[in-house]
Amino acid sequence: MNLLDATVRSIRDGVAAGQLSAVDVVRACLDRIAAVNPALNAFNLVDAERALSRAQTVDRRRAEGSTLGPLAGVPIALKDNINVRGMRTTASSRILERFVPAYDATVVRHLENAGAIIVGKTNCDEFAMGSSTENSAFGPVRNPWALDRIPGGSSGGSAAAVASRCVPLALGSDTGGSIRQPAAFCGVVGLKPTYGRVSRYGLLAFASSLDQIGPFARTVADAALVLSALSGADPCDATTADESVPDFTRALTGDVKGVRVGVPRAFVSLGVDEDVREAFEGALDTLRSAGATLVDVELPHAQYAIPVYYLVCTAEASSNLARYDGVKYGYRATAAKHQSLKDMYSRSRDEGFGPEVKRRIMLGTYVLSAGYYDAFYLKALQVRTLLRRDYDQAFERADVIAMPTTPTPPFRLGEKTGDPLQMYLADVFTVSANLAGLPGISVPCGFSPDGLPIGFQLMGRMFDEATVLRVADAYEGSTDWHLRNPS
Amino acid sequence: MPTILTIADVERVAALAQLELTDEEKQLFTKQLADILAYAEQVQAIDTSGVPATAHVHAAQRREREDVPQPSLPVEDALANAPDADREAGLFRVPRVIGG
Repeated sequence: MNLLDATVRSIRDGVAAGQLSAVDVVRACLDRIAAVNPALNAFNLVDAERALSRAQTVDRRRAEGSTLGPLAGVPIALKDNINVRGMRTTASSRILERFVPAYDATVVRHLENAGAIIVGKTNCDEFAMGSSTENSAFGPVRNPWALDRIPGGSSGGSAAAVASRCVPLALGSDTGGSIRQPAAFCGVVGLKPTYGRVSRYGLLAFASSLDQIGPFARTVADAALVLSALSGADPCDATTADESVPDFTRALTGDVKGVRVGVPRAFVSLGVDEDVREAFEGALDTLRSAGATLVDVELPHAQYAIPVYYLVCTAEASSNLARYDGVKYGYRATAAKHQSLKDMYSRSRDEGFGPEVKRRIMLGTYVLSAGYYDAFYLKALQVRTLLRRDYDQAFERADVIAMPTTPTPPFRLGEKTGDPLQMYLADVFTVSANLAGLPGISVPCGFSPDGLPIGFQLMGRMFDEATVLRVADAYEGSTDWHLRNPS
Repeated sequence: MPTILTIADVERVAALAQLELTDEEKQLFTKQLADILAYAEQVQAIDTSGVPATAHVHAAQRREREDVPQPSLPVEDALANAPDADREAGLFRVPRVIGG
């Protein structure tokens, strides 16, 4: 078996059966990272020593006959905004360049209890703010399919790491599409769970009512497997739900007969690239051939999702990022003589944060300030309610809703960096799942004529990841897009 | 009502956000924030009379626990990342705020 192409399940089964050693699996990943990362810049940190030592423990436990977890020996990379005790977390920001967390995120505890092996931290847009991973203080990530293209964002490093076969699995965070959009751009599977499904404890907060951690994988089955391990109520995150956590892999029956797939035609017709439209229509045809029923749904407020999202997420960000003040952790501006505390705060923040983070803090502060709160922030929250109602109504007619993940294939580095608004529009199809709290998955559904990956998205009812995964898996089973590798 | 943004507005917001912007940043943000706000203004045309706000999708759900003290981060760990700390006294050090 080629270790780099192996699925999570085959690694886990191979390790448990003693046919594979976890150390060999981890070594193969580390070698691959060393070979391709100089060109991709997908990793901020690789901790080979820690990974190999954990892999040895897995192999020893197997030799002793201990029961192994559902992810035993599976290497995984984490977006660099998820805390691992003793391993640097930077959020790709200068302000956290030397920050070493004192505790594990809940997802890290779950992963390590399941036997997964964390190999390192992946590059991302600074504090997860961006759609291209060009907002990293440590340089952009490049798309493994075309090095002059962006990998998407903000979890671009995680997407590129999985696409380039550095790891079979990675975690990202998705506030407005930051898992699904880079998954589409890199030709891999990316899943944003329902808000409250996965604990956010230990995830650096960007917009707390929208943030959700989720997996990147090369197959839907692998995403389902890791979702079961990540999910569940957590006393450390009051927004996690008490929903029971099924074994999501059991939902993957391969059967979509009678499943109603809703298509918001009017919304999708707004400014979609021709190659994306063709690939999306092809995906719908495949689902119909497999026995699903296509139904038209209306999402009249979805066209407002981008302005609503950028009003809500910046407001929350301006509050969440107030903690970076040069006192408790992070960068502090070099003390000028007799500088005041206030000067120290504002200089540290100006020198420590990059331009997009400052732009969003400014916008969020503005829309929350006296005189603008009602017209912008409160208004956005009301339209958020209207958008949720649109989805409630659509899910009366449909079991899942399908749309393209992105309006275009991956764009070129530098193409949108001069115009923040153009960059924001790249998230048009992904932000509404966050605003409504719904689960969504992006699955590869084709390539543009010049070989750039295209994905499509399936969204489900709240806490109905099972149906989303079932339809995505059945689709994947009728296609071979996910089997292609970048050169 | 179109949003008109001036450098003075940007300076006021920067002060609220505790950001000391350079002159170049002020110029750039005045233009960019005005563009973004002009785009966001489209939400103001939507009739939302009587529509409640969604600040949070699980707002109805409340997770509470007994008010019992639980272990928290040890002082040593809390100070470990501080740019300036008096570790023996267990304190963060900041520029003088009183007197001097």
